[in-house]
Amino acid sequence: MAEMAQNGKADNILLDVKGLKKYFPIQKGLLRKVVGYVKAVDDVSLYVREGETLGLVGESGCGKTTASRSIIRLYEPTAGQVLFKSRVLSPDGQPRMVNLLELDRDQMTKVRQEISMIFQDPINSLNPRMTVADIIAEPMVIHGKYEKGRSEEIIVNLLERVGLRADHLRRYPHEFSGGQRQRIGIARALALNPRLVLCDEPVSALDVSIQAQTLNLLQDLQKDFNLSYLFVAHDLSVVQHISDRVAVMYVGKVAEMASAEELYANPLHPYTEALLSAVPKPDPLYKSERIIMQGDVADPSNPPSGCYFHPRCRYAIDRCKIEAPAFRELKPDHWVACHRAEELQLKGI
Amino acid sequence: METLFPETRATTTALPTDARPTLLEVRDLKVEFNIRGGVVKAVDGLTFDIRRGQTVGIIGESGCGKSVTARAILRMVPKPGKITGGEILYYRYSRYPNKEGKTKDIEVIDMTKLDPDGELVRQIRGGEIAMIFQEPMSSLTPVYTAGAHLNEAITLHRLLPVKKLGDQMVEKIMQYRPVTKEEAREIAIQMLRRVGIPKPEQRVDSYPHQLSGGQRQRVRIAIALSTEPYMLIADEPTTALDVSIEAQILDIMRELQQTANMAIMFITHNLGVIASMADEIVVMYMGKQVERAKVVDLFYNPKHPYTKALLQSVPKLGPKTGARLASIEGMVPDPLHLPTGCVFHPRCPAFMAGKCDKLVPNWTEVGQNHWVRCLLYEE
Repeated sequence: MAEMAQNGKADNILLDVKGLKKYFPIQKGLLRKVVGYVKAVDDVSLYVREGETLGLVGESGCGKTTASRSIIRLYEPTAGQVLFKSRVLSPDGQPRMVNLLELDRDQMTKVRQEISMIFQDPINSLNPRMTVADIIAEPMVIHGKYEKGRSEEIIVNLLERVGLRADHLRRYPHEFSGGQRQRIGIARALALNPRLVLCDEPVSALDVSIQAQTLNLLQDLQKDFNLSYLFVAHDLSVVQHISDRVAVMYVGKVAEMASAEELYANPLHPYTEALLSAVPKPDPLYKSERIIMQGDVADPSNPPSGCYFHPRCRYAIDRCKIEAPAFRELKPDHWVACHRAEELQLKGI
Repeated sequence: METLFPETRATTTALPTDARPTLLEVRDLKVEFNIRGGVVKAVDGLTFDIRRGQTVGIIGESGCGKSVTARAILRMVPKPGKITGGEILYYRYSRYPNKEGKTKDIEVIDMTKLDPDGELVRQIRGGEIAMIFQEPMSSLTPVYTAGAHLNEAITLHRLLPVKKLGDQMVEKIMQYRPVTKEEAREIAIQMLRRVGIPKPEQRVDSYPHQLSGGQRQRVRIAIALSTEPYMLIADEPTTALDVSIEAQILDIMRELQQTANMAIMFITHNLGVIASMADEIVVMYMGKQVERAKVVDLFYNPKHPYTKALLQSVPKLGPKTGARLASIEGMVPDPLHLPTGCVFHPRCPAFMAGKCDKLVPNWTEVGQNHWVRCLLYEE
């Protein structure tokens, strides 16, 4: 990891996650004895540069949501480092790298002004008993930044910025459609002027036309507010569209990370290749050459030996069964965890 | 699967899909929901047909009436919905040889005229026309009330949590096919194998909660197909699943369609999935059919502005362009207060003032088998 700084990774890193682990204990019996662990996130390393979008993709249960929640310590990580360039914690206001996992409760609360979240479910992530104005004001109230008058102005501006109207302020979430509710969630996420937004499947519950509107909005907001996104999603087309770089997760580990163009055109990990081949293309004349992955996704409480992907990998050799591959930078800014990455000629899109 | 229908199945598979005999004909179907605030026209004048072995895709956004259409065909429209007009003609082939050894008699049944709880509907529903619905996130909550309230509509697409998979399948197969219990169990195991469940001989004796979500959905498909239906209605069957499992399930459906000449009505909002599955596509917006065409025509030569916008609003894999997505302005209108004229006019980029907001467009044929409901194409 030490040489990481010299290679393709430039110095404008906003979030640098190193060796993040989150194990959930499996408890059994009367005494709740711990009999094992679900290794939901198992040694994840990734980074997000300022003003860019890192897409995090993977199949359900691969740990992408757990990883994003562990970053902001909604789940307490088991091990690792989460370095974040914080302004609020720096005495002179100059951004400085801090390890979020070493912060105490008060400091963590402060940092959360700079990192906000947008959730998948636009229905359950808004309190049905609060008006839109209250929902968007809540982060400001929590952080003691709410001032009558000035904050109300900010809220109206935000609401208009996300495409809603000032007369929506006194309404309740149930009066809105799914797409509008997601816009309320986005406005709330921006209330404290964050620098990093963790978006957890923000468009997967929306219809295609609304999805397009929301993706465009997220891109516009990114430019206007110089936001960085960690964009968690399972839809590879959406992720390609919105991301500058993409990380692919498989059973708690990052299999590959590269720029969106590079990853989709020249994948280096067999899992990425198989995943790309399985995406249905909106073109009836496209003849797919789908790669069939044998078996099911590995069980994170009892993962296979060696490379977790080897039982389903069509290129697996004996070494893959024994030795877990290291996550290494094979080309500048193109990271992969596969023993055979150099020799394989994989097909992208 | 192949063994039981020696004659009725195999004869037509060689024909192109639009030359095959008709299986289902929907004519000017109307479904209304009489709710407190007024009447919602959930389906308003839908016309299409499905031929044997053909896949017809129905696409549209939530609330456009695609699922209500599926339920109307099976006479399962939930209350207070009612079929208020039109016909659903089902060309029923006698399934098993009668006394004279004939299998080819065709009986035309208007589904809209049947008693929704009657014997005939129940024979057709689930047996001859099977269905798979979206994997419900909470499919294991045993919320059903047992006994009289457990209507067929639920047993058909929910797995009962308290019963072994094999027993559920055997029961279903024996209900619709003249086989013994042992044969039914054998068919159940074969079907589980075909949908890619590992170790089906053992899995057949497991309970639904012992399977993963993807496996449960595959089991549902196995159950739906184990009765050898003439037609499968698949309502968002893969929406909650990962791409790799989705691809597997679509493969299975295509394969069974080939071997059993089964028609599929495929409802989805995923344009990628529909492009690879359908022969013909119906596009719906606010209960109305706005366009109908063969799949290639629809994707390469869409006519209706809504279809065009829908196709442009999905991100496509491939070289990155960095362009913004085309999105449809505004929102879906309130179904109780539909816009006048063409229902799409407030959001339409090709809106013609004084025309689109006044006149209701007609269903016009603009090319071979290519129909559209838009004033741009009327004289």
